[in-house]
Amino acid sequence: MKAQRRVRVFEWLVTLPSLVWLLVLFLIPTVLVFAITFKPATPYGGIGSGWTLETLRTLGNPNYPAIVWRTIWLSVVVTALCIVLATPMGYYMARISPRRRQMVLLLVILPFWTSFLVRIFAWKVLLHPEGLLKQLLVFLHLCTPDTSLLYNTFAVLLVMVYTELPFAILPIYAASEKFDFRLIEAAKDLGATSFRAFRAVFLPGIRVGLLTAFLMVFIPSLGSYVIPDIVGGPTSEMIGNKIAQRTFVDRNLPHAAGLSALLTLAVLIPMITITTLRRKESPKDALREEGV
Amino acid sequence: MKPSRVPMIVTWAVILFFYLPIVILVANSFNSSRFGGSWESTSLKWYIRLMQEDDIWHALQNTLFIALSATLVSMVLGTSAAFALHRFAGSRLQKLHYSIIYTPLVLPEILMGLSMLLFFVALKVQLGLVTIAIAHVTFCLSYVAMTVLARLQDFDFAIVEAAQDLGAGWWTTVWRVLLPMLAPGILAGGLLAFTLSIDDFVISFFVAGPGSTTLPIKIYSMIKYGAPPLINALSTILLVITFTCVIVSQYLTQQEPKAAK
Repeated sequence: MKAQRRVRVFEWLVTLPSLVWLLVLFLIPTVLVFAITFKPATPYGGIGSGWTLETLRTLGNPNYPAIVWRTIWLSVVVTALCIVLATPMGYYMARISPRRRQMVLLLVILPFWTSFLVRIFAWKVLLHPEGLLKQLLVFLHLCTPDTSLLYNTFAVLLVMVYTELPFAILPIYAASEKFDFRLIEAAKDLGATSFRAFRAVFLPGIRVGLLTAFLMVFIPSLGSYVIPDIVGGPTSEMIGNKIAQRTFVDRNLPHAAGLSALLTLAVLIPMITITTLRRKESPKDALREEGV
Repeated sequence: MKPSRVPMIVTWAVILFFYLPIVILVANSFNSSRFGGSWESTSLKWYIRLMQEDDIWHALQNTLFIALSATLVSMVLGTSAAFALHRFAGSRLQKLHYSIIYTPLVLPEILMGLSMLLFFVALKVQLGLVTIAIAHVTFCLSYVAMTVLARLQDFDFAIVEAAQDLGAGWWTTVWRVLLPMLAPGILAGGLLAFTLSIDDFVISFFVAGPGSTTLPIKIYSMIKYGAPPLINALSTILLVITFTCVIVSQYLTQQEPKAAK
């Protein structure tokens, strides 16, 4: 009895430091975002006392539905492109010799560890009106000298795929590595074409990896802000840009909080769905994948 | 039937796509022309200019101060969290503990940045280096916990029992047996935390105050408001540093299993 109590005390002792830290600095601030939505803004950029529905009313801004819609469809397209590119890569990486696999993995991980801003800036240089890509396209008569490759939705999409792709490759590769490729041989022996075996045997086999990739790409994409800010223009703004503008440009914190609350809700729905889907699948696998 | 070549082609095309902008960026940093469009001459002019920018050196100091403190704190909190999650897996407290550690990993950074800014403003805390470091601990903690937890999955707890059977006390077991064996995992988590902290822009930008410009914040303002050739040079230096670190750490972790045998 006494020993059992000591174990309980020990459990609390090792749990409390991180639990309290995250309760105070993660959970409370997240709840605070919802509360501050109903607070008035003060003229000098602070948060006033009392309660108001003013922010909710201003969230009815006629520009917002278009921005919300753009945020969602851009994130969906980015996620789809990342998964479409990452799946054959996972398949390839799982089938090559360990030496080569190590090399390809290193090539994939290197940009993933490289500074986020540096990678976005590299694209800004490449897409720049006087940059190499533009000159090449003009030379090949694929575009006219006055088409802009930068500051539009296409640039945002391209750079988002570029930065999010490793987050799709790693979980899909991890799942492919555990996949038993003899199943594909079996399917082919039974008369399936390569494509049919890929679709009906391989894809269901790496389901957990695909779900993780979806989660790891789609959710951060919804909150993108730096990429549309640097390579996008006024016609490619996302919710993140609006949150930043309300915070830094007009310093209306309750309004920024209202938009954040909206984004939090938008993020929680896919997150809870996928997590429950994956728990059902295999809790142990899910845990391992998250370690990536 | 011959295996399809599509996966191989996609893989190498993506790798080309990954490196193309990086290669051009590096090449441009040695180009004396202000815009990358034409090649004037090869020069180190932008590197020399960079050395004279005091702001950048100051921002680097801030970044290192934040990264070191955030790494140390998150290593302690994250290791203890991973231990609790592993040792008491399945208890209701740990289920709650796991979800609160896991959620920050997927949540968009901007939400964390704004919520922490509101928290500090509501408590009237002065924004600066300390608030950035606190924010960094909050997201680094989860990464360290997950990395150490992955290591604990392969950890053989019989060793701990053996130590205790041989008369080692609780403290000796933790200090002389558990921690040394988990050291590679804790260090890997720390390295990840350090890299993430050095690279973080969004969260830092939200909770930064006057005089607490970090290197990413400085780079961001350089990208937004001019000075492209200087960023080329600075980016190249950062690329060389991260590439070296990643290759060295890959080499070290590859050697490890051999040494164990």
